[in-house]
Amino acid sequence: MFDLDLWKEILSALKQNRMRSFMTAFGVFWGIFMLIIMSGAGRALENGVMEGVKAFATNSAFFWTERTSKPYEGFQRGRRWIYNNQDIEYIRQSVKEIEYLSPRLFGWQQNGDNTIRGERTGAFNIYGDYPDYFKIDGWTPVKGRLMNEIDVLQKRKVCVIGERVEEVMFDKDEDPIGQYLKISGVYFQVVGVIHPETRINIGGGKKEETIIIPFSTMQTAYNYGDEIHFFSVTANQGTSVSSLEEKLKRILKERHKIAPDDMQAIGSFNIEAEFKKFSMLFLGIQALTWIVGIGTLLAGVIGVSNIMLVIIKERTQEIGIQRAIGATPGKIMLHIIAESVFLTVMAGYIGLSLGVALLEVLNQILLAAGDEVFFRNPEVNLTMALSALAVLVFSGAFAGFIPARRAIKIKPIDALRDES
Amino acid sequence: MIKLNNIHKSYDMGSSKLHVLKGIDLEIEQGEFVSIMGSSGSGKSTLLNILGMLDNYDEGSYLLANKLIANMSEKKAAQLRNDMVGFVFQSFNLISFKNAMENVALPLYYKGVNRKKRNAIALEYLEKLGLKEWAEHMPNEMSGGQKQRVAIARALISNPKIILADEPTGALDTSTSYEVMDILKEINDAGITVIIVTHEHDIAAMTQKVVRLKDGRIDEIIRNGELREFRHTYNKELVTA
Ligand SMILES: Nc1ncnc2c1ncn2[C@@H]1O[C@H](COP(=O)(O)OP(=O)(O)OP(=O)(O)O)[C@@H](O)[C@H]1O
Ligand SMILES: [Mg+2]
Repeated sequence: MFDLDLWKEILSALKQNRMRSFMTAFGVFWGIFMLIIMSGAGRALENGVMEGVKAFATNSAFFWTERTSKPYEGFQRGRRWIYNNQDIEYIRQSVKEIEYLSPRLFGWQQNGDNTIRGERTGAFNIYGDYPDYFKIDGWTPVKGRLMNEIDVLQKRKVCVIGERVEEVMFDKDEDPIGQYLKISGVYFQVVGVIHPETRINIGGGKKEETIIIPFSTMQTAYNYGDEIHFFSVTANQGTSVSSLEEKLKRILKERHKIAPDDMQAIGSFNIEAEFKKFSMLFLGIQALTWIVGIGTLLAGVIGVSNIMLVIIKERTQEIGIQRAIGATPGKIMLHIIAESVFLTVMAGYIGLSLGVALLEVLNQILLAAGDEVFFRNPEVNLTMALSALAVLVFSGAFAGFIPARRAIKIKPIDALRDES
Repeated sequence: MIKLNNIHKSYDMGSSKLHVLKGIDLEIEQGEFVSIMGSSGSGKSTLLNILGMLDNYDEGSYLLANKLIANMSEKKAAQLRNDMVGFVFQSFNLISFKNAMENVALPLYYKGVNRKKRNAIALEYLEKLGLKEWAEHMPNEMSGGQKQRVAIARALISNPKIILADEPTGALDTSTSYEVMDILKEINDAGITVIIVTHEHDIAAMTQKVVRLKDGRIDEIIRNGELREFRHTYNKELVTA
């Protein structure tokens, strides 16, 4: 039941002691405010990072080659080596835990501008890839299409380009699809403009400055023989990519006469492990946020309780009068608890609102800053806001309860005699 | 109305006990105007508080309107107080952050009367006591006499059967004291039992019955007809003082 009189009573009691009410409320305000800000910031970091990687296959691993670090079977240490088509063939045949396997060639930007179209030139990252690559690191075509199996099979001279490439190589109102680019001396027809869905970047450079051509075309057109610079795999459902990574390393070391205990020769990296690290980190951040936030809040609540106790002492006589003229203990208790809950919830609500407002402002700034920040959507979800509010009501009642009990324990006669 | 039978009351003083009331037998009829006198520490306030159910007694029995007042829950006592008794205190005991009208209306708040109605009733009572223009004033803007009249209005608003006043004129000068006594007399004329504690003989002389306490017992009860004699004693006391 909404008792207007009760609220008027409470408000007048609080108004009576503005400063004290304010000081009391501030602790709670600050606790909730900090909780919201910290939690929002933590969440934003998580969102930012996760947004950047979510389209990335989490069960993927990547392999490249380094110089050997151990002599083995007559080879010196420090030997350069490289993967080849036979490795891929063998792995495809014998390792059944693999879902996708996508070899890659890098066309390095050694000599500056490697791409020419009429008057225009540009230096871009050229990759030779299989279509399976798009299943590991997601891209979406904004114009035209992605590269497909037929392009690879027929060794077609086609390419898909990043948005920055389009910007540099074409006019604004020009349709790049069907046009030709001369890449390191060979002409390729543009079949798609693609947009990266993740910000995980294998191979360095900016993702928007990427040109992808069919792997087979790249190998033959630029005389790479049967060389492969790099490959990505994803594990089958039910297989841990970490164990797959180990297995592939064993096979490759054997095939290339590398010491089994050579830790350096095969460069590799698996997303699963990185993801785990991230999730642990974010879990830690959230946990810390709550611990610190709840701690601050608790301090605020204890402050409220303490000050309510002081208030009760100050008001002993007032309470005595009220009881002499007919206030029941229940009514007195209700008053004190309601006062405490009101203070706590008001303070908490202001803290909550200001916190959310600040996060919103932050969010706008971040949105304006664009894609480059790993900090996104500093949101506070409804559940959290509601649970914070529930915590507030509860703790307000708790803060009021002890002083209220104290208040009704005072006998009216003692309260009246208290003349100080 | 009030029937006290062998009431005892002691206070715990840590290790020892202070026996304040040592067997009080007293009957007060509906509509009486009674004063309680006695030297300081004789237990006047203690007795009044027991009458007002603000304090409990150790032994004996207390019947109020034929109801035994003993072992009541705080809630029951509060309700009974609200229904039966109005209090007036020496130090007025108004709530400092409420204006006169709100102070007067407070007992009705505890009875669950809505704000509008109880404020209207409070205004009526303030008017009766000649304080209508002061309704919106805070206690600290009023004189002692005015405050006491507000307190009396507050005591009256719940239509009590009994008004209990502990030294209601103790903080007032003589002429204001007489004004307050006139008001209490009027209240008494309306049929309400009025019991006051006082040190002042002239104040006591305005009541119908004087109960003298001495050492926790009733020393003497002087009735209306014997007030002449009381004046005599009073003069004698003045001489010895
Ligand atoms: N709560 C208490 N605890 C201990 N002793 C008390 C308490 N209340 C009163 N007393 C003692 O009981 C005795 C009677 O007190 P009471 O207040 O009834 O006296 P009184 O007759 O009203 O005196 P006065 O005229 O000074 O007001 C006094 O000695 C007082 O010190
Ligand atoms: Mg006294």
